[in-house]
Amino acid sequence: MLLRHTPKEIIKRSALTISPAKTCQPIGAMYAALGVHSCLPHSHGSQGCCSYHRSALTRHYKDPIMAGTSSFTEGSCVFGGQANLLQGISNIFTIYEPDIIAVHTTCLSETIGDDVNQIVQKAKDDGKVPEGKKIIHCNTPSYVGSHVTGFSNMVAGIVKGLAASTGIKTNTINIIPGWVEPSDMREIKRIAKDMGISIVLFPDTSDVVDTPQTGKFKMYPDGGVTQKEMAITGDSKATLALGSFASEAGAKQLDISFKVPFKVLDIPIGLSATDRFIESLSSVAGVKVPDSFVAERGRLVDVITDMSQYFYGKKVALFGDPDQLIPLTEFLIDLNMKPVHMVSGTPGKKFMERIEEVSGDLFKTMNVQNGAQADMFLLHQWIKNEKPDLLIGNTYGKYIARDEGIPFVRMGFPILDRIGHSYFPTVGYSGGIRILEKMLDAILDHKDATCSEIEMELVL
Amino acid sequence: MDILQSRKKQVVRSNGQGMSIVCEKRSASGSVSQRACVFCGSRVVLYPIADALHIVHGPIGCAAYTWDIRGSVSSGPELHRLSFSTDLRETDIIFGGEKKLEAMLDELIDQYSPKAAFVYATCVVGVIGDDVAAICKKMTNKKKIPVIPVHSEGFKGTKKDGYQAACDAIACLVGTGSISGISPVSINIMGEFNLAGETWIIKEYFKKMGIEVITTMTGDGRVEELKRAHGAKLNVVQCSGSMMAIAKTMKEKYGIPFIRVSYFGIEDMADALYQIADYFKEQDRGIIERTEKLVRKEILDLNDQLEGYRQDLAGKKAAIYVGGAFKALSLIKALRHLGMKTVVVGSQTGNADDYKRLQALAEPGTIIVDDSNPVELASFVLEKDVDLFIGGVKERPIAYKLGIGFCDHNHERKIPLAGFAGMINFAKEVHKSVISPVWNLVPRRYHRAD
Ligand code: SF4
Ligand code: SF4
Repeated sequence: MLLRHTPKEIIKRSALTISPAKTCQPIGAMYAALGVHSCLPHSHGSQGCCSYHRSALTRHYKDPIMAGTSSFTEGSCVFGGQANLLQGISNIFTIYEPDIIAVHTTCLSETIGDDVNQIVQKAKDDGKVPEGKKIIHCNTPSYVGSHVTGFSNMVAGIVKGLAASTGIKTNTINIIPGWVEPSDMREIKRIAKDMGISIVLFPDTSDVVDTPQTGKFKMYPDGGVTQKEMAITGDSKATLALGSFASEAGAKQLDISFKVPFKVLDIPIGLSATDRFIESLSSVAGVKVPDSFVAERGRLVDVITDMSQYFYGKKVALFGDPDQLIPLTEFLIDLNMKPVHMVSGTPGKKFMERIEEVSGDLFKTMNVQNGAQADMFLLHQWIKNEKPDLLIGNTYGKYIARDEGIPFVRMGFPILDRIGHSYFPTVGYSGGIRILEKMLDAILDHKDATCSEIEMELVL
Repeated sequence: MDILQSRKKQVVRSNGQGMSIVCEKRSASGSVSQRACVFCGSRVVLYPIADALHIVHGPIGCAAYTWDIRGSVSSGPELHRLSFSTDLRETDIIFGGEKKLEAMLDELIDQYSPKAAFVYATCVVGVIGDDVAAICKKMTNKKKIPVIPVHSEGFKGTKKDGYQAACDAIACLVGTGSISGISPVSINIMGEFNLAGETWIIKEYFKKMGIEVITTMTGDGRVEELKRAHGAKLNVVQCSGSMMAIAKTMKEKYGIPFIRVSYFGIEDMADALYQIADYFKEQDRGIIERTEKLVRKEILDLNDQLEGYRQDLAGKKAAIYVGGAFKALSLIKALRHLGMKTVVVGSQTGNADDYKRLQALAEPGTIIVDDSNPVELASFVLEKDVDLFIGGVKERPIAYKLGIGFCDHNHERKIPLAGFAGMINFAKEVHKSVISPVWNLVPRRYHRAD
């Protein structure tokens, strides 16, 4: 038992976090910045943070992840990091030649009080930013929020730095997909295309962190939203922000700067959330939902009906990020499953409110916590007290799953030990089928491996 | 490709004579360096001590990224599998995190009764000025176990400085236990972290030689053993950076000499055992014979097994980019054993001495580089048209994108590469990647064929 040091009795903890269900802001900012074409994320702080963030993203995507660092020294901590950042900016533009540098801060540069806005301004004034090149930036102190907050902050930074308007309104819709996989972003673009709607999706990490093997190393892969696309987002008819935690800030910023109205939706995970997404998209764009979507939806419903007996009443423990957990919980309840335990390290009242909304009467029976001390340790303790039939979350759940003998489905960030997330979406109707497939595989494989010989069945 | 002007002296092309490389430099700001921080160094060194509590004092990220990423295995307690963090929030940054840390230590030590606790100070803690040492002292007195501060603020340097901080922390334990009953033929194993059970392989050799191992720093480490480390007669240090500091301290303080060894590859492994046997030949007259017998048997077993791999690998070219340069030396030799040639070699943290030895060992024309970045590395391996890249997590996908085989020789490896048995595993790893049929399907290689 690898986690034998986790006791069943739930002890009150005043201070500590044990085995977190979150990580820090800059990694989110880095991921968001990778969704901009020819953009090099830059971590303003010590070398270690940047190295960790790159490694973590590399382990999840199995693709090279590039980012620069200001390489703070003790001197930078005393005198501030301005000199480092200025030097860094000119080095990056001469050596690595990105079109855009996306600077985010770290705990360290935040604590010593560096003013990135002012430093970037100085870089421009000093002529360190070549013609046509841009620097965008955001603040990402990790002692506030979580990795999701960092993503959200950089999305707002992208809008501030790159969005523009010509003053002539278009029929284009902006979509902010939230912190989802490149496969999901691809799927959202496919859906819009099949509906005949012109969109700008940002950030867009498809073809950036899921690149093909070509025999070449490309520092800036083909994907990512382009400067040109960003420059027309101010003219768009509306913005759809998927997930309030990761996407609302960016949408709001577009509204403030260019009066682009926005609507916040859940990430289209599962049947109901996808219904809402498709309906909203069709109504803001003023197009009819094509028949092919009725069929797509029908296929998902068909799988649910075929397999409903295996979902019925199954207890589920889940952990991850709020924007994912909310529609996922709703989906589980649509399937007649029972979410019993849920943690998210990301703080924010909205999470509880929404979970209560989508869970209805079930909410009273559930263990739900987010923010401080909502960690894997607590989740494990709950599980020891009431064992679920299924666990859903990132790779760190594997120890619990093994120790307690619970079927486990990997969803979320990071997934360090399996592939698939980059290639097969979990959003939309077909994404819903993939979630069903994964859950059934886990539950039924477990049953086949552990049931008595009498209960073993060929046909299910 | 352009190399940053300020980095030019960190790359040399070996011409057989001693050209000097500039190293042990801070990375240039703005570089996409593959290096990590002081905390990272301390954490990887101390983390395998499995019956101690490891608390990361700082914001959540520093702890989250180091949570269980190393394959150091334990034969007993698994306390190190949990990730403990003070998870500092905004108010802590303003008012200080001392109270939080103290409360946390209080709770955790009561709950887990660890043998010791290590408290890692991260960058932010260094800046907000928490007096970590004072809290540790207070807790040591209150809880009657060593509570040791690790001064690992990331900005204080590179991973290497983190090794130093870790050594300082271990030094607090050494010398506090009883050394009665220790054999005159006894050693400490240093700089061996039991990745994939490597320590156990090495220990088995020493057992067969009749040597008592007092403690391993720090693979499958235990606090009580570390406390007795000063009773050993010889310190056997592996790897360039990580444990030299403590070996030196112990030499000064307790008069225990040390030797540097490597357990990678047949030559270096055998050499290590012989050196140690030689050291103890006065105390134990049979040790040389036993060692010879052991080495002979192991090598005999090996040679047949290696032959098949050699045939496939002969003449293939390799690039090496690893943490410490000392390891690179062993790797060059081990690759030679497989008939392979090293044409690019570099490290994140080598020192001048290491690089001198690398140059002496490397073939003319080999590119030698300190603190490189992905763009440089990619251009070097393409220029030299290598078949294999040996590196760590950040290099792996780059190698694969270029259509080059890869072997992980850093802390994420899953199979033991140390010892004689490790040589077979190493050959297998290299073989499986280098001769994979997938390379015939990728564009670059495909074109090379015609
Ligand atoms: S210092 Fe802050 S930004 Fe850096 S790794 Fe730690 S939590 Fe993340
Ligand atoms: S904050 Fe400092 S200690 Fe933490 S990861 Fe970053 S560089 Fe390392």
